Amino acid sequence: MLSIRNLRARHVQVDDLDLETGDCFTVMGPSGSGKSLMLRAVADLDPAEGEVTLDGRERMTMTGPEWRRQVMYVGPESGWWEDRVGAHFEDPESVVGVLQRLGFKAETLNWPVSRLSTGERQRLAIARAFDRGPRVLLMDEPTGALDQAATALVEGVIHDFLMDKGIVLMATHSKEQAARLGTRTLSMAAGRLSA
Amino acid sequence: MTEQALHLAPFDLALAALLLVINGGLSIWLGLGLTKSIAIAATRMVVQLLLVGMVLKYLFAVESPWLTLGVVLLMVCFAGYEIMNRQDRKLSGLWSYGIGVTTMTFAAVSVTVLALATQLRPDPWWDARYAIPLLGMMLGNAMTGISLGLNNLLTAVTRDRWAVEAQIALGHRREIALRPFLRRALRNALTPSINSMSASGLVFLPGMMTGQILAGLDPVEAVKYQLLVMFLIGGATGIGAGTAVYAAAWRLTDNRHRLRLDRLEDPDA
Repeated sequence: MLSIRNLRARHVQVDDLDLETGDCFTVMGPSGSGKSLMLRAVADLDPAEGEVTLDGRERMTMTGPEWRRQVMYVGPESGWWEDRVGAHFEDPESVVGVLQRLGFKAETLNWPVSRLSTGERQRLAIARAFDRGPRVLLMDEPTGALDQAATALVEGVIHDFLMDKGIVLMATHSKEQAARLGTRTLSMAAGRLSA
Repeated sequence: MTEQALHLAPFDLALAALLLVINGGLSIWLGLGLTKSIAIAATRMVVQLLLVGMVLKYLFAVESPWLTLGVVLLMVCFAGYEIMNRQDRKLSGLWSYGIGVTTMTFAAVSVTVLALATQLRPDPWWDARYAIPLLGMMLGNAMTGISLGLNNLLTAVTRDRWAVEAQIALGHRREIALRPFLRRALRNALTPSINSMSASGLVFLPGMMTGQILAGLDPVEAVKYQLLVMFLIGGATGIGAGTAVYAAAWRLTDNRHRLRLDRLEDPDA
């Protein structure tokens, strides 16, 4: 269970939020309302006050990297730091399954990053996150740059993740997506969440 | 050995200065608009060097450790300011100046003291005749290395912030996420001193050595001094750039291993 209590960061605050295993909460709201900042604060990517616990363990009892390995933020802009796609994966062998479900082949791992389209980057950034085996995914418009077919693939992978004891907190602009995936839909306005 | 040195009369210098008139003529002829800059730069050089010469003469004569220390502090402040001015992106607050000055001073002073205590051994050890020129060279080179390294690190991390953030979001530690940037920044900082080592003697005779030979010193003796100075410069540049780049990388991240671009001036620019 992911619990957020009195989280206060720059421009955003979350008073009280609990996500159980298998939950997918979607957050909707206009651009600039603070959805990304909220997700970044939960991932401990931006300084924030308050209490965030995973299965009862407070995040400050572990290092930042340990927390983020379990509670992983997948941003709208995917950054790449090596030349080849495969170099961004820790266990390229075991990730082939996820790659295929996202519409790639094993040989994608040999592609140069510079050749990827925006949509390919976004899907590969999701595969890269699964490769690290997180418990919670904080997804920031995961299908923002994708067409319908690719969106369906990503939603399929997220669905499987939820079935497999995962937890998802997701910012999205699509009501349909919120209806398809969300166990609960929240809205964000001026940095505050409401049901 | 110095009795062989040729005596330079003011007239000889004035004759050499006439060569700059050629540059001025070129500027007028081609409309480069540099005439004024050449005149100002040449005048500044003459005045500054004459002043330094007189200050050094006085400093060597009075043999005061406090006065020597004062001159050292002045040099450090100027060099620190220069480092800060060469940054396109700066850490906010006192950090930019602070990291530049402390690492440069640490590198230059420790290498200079090492040389004074072991290879040169003047008496007293702080004798301005040795300490000031040596420290000046160390400061100058450490300054160049540090500004190159810092500038490279800060611009690269800002430009490629998503590459760093992606790694941090995936749970990489800050030293892993910044490693390629640290490497590139240090390579950038050390390249000039490596290049000048491999080219010296073949392509150009280092200025200090040329000066000593012209002043009448035996060439082999001059080479030995030059080698010592080059080794010391290499050390000072490495120590300075290394500590500065790591200190800046640590300031750009925090103990939760987050990237903190908000600690730069104009982080969103």
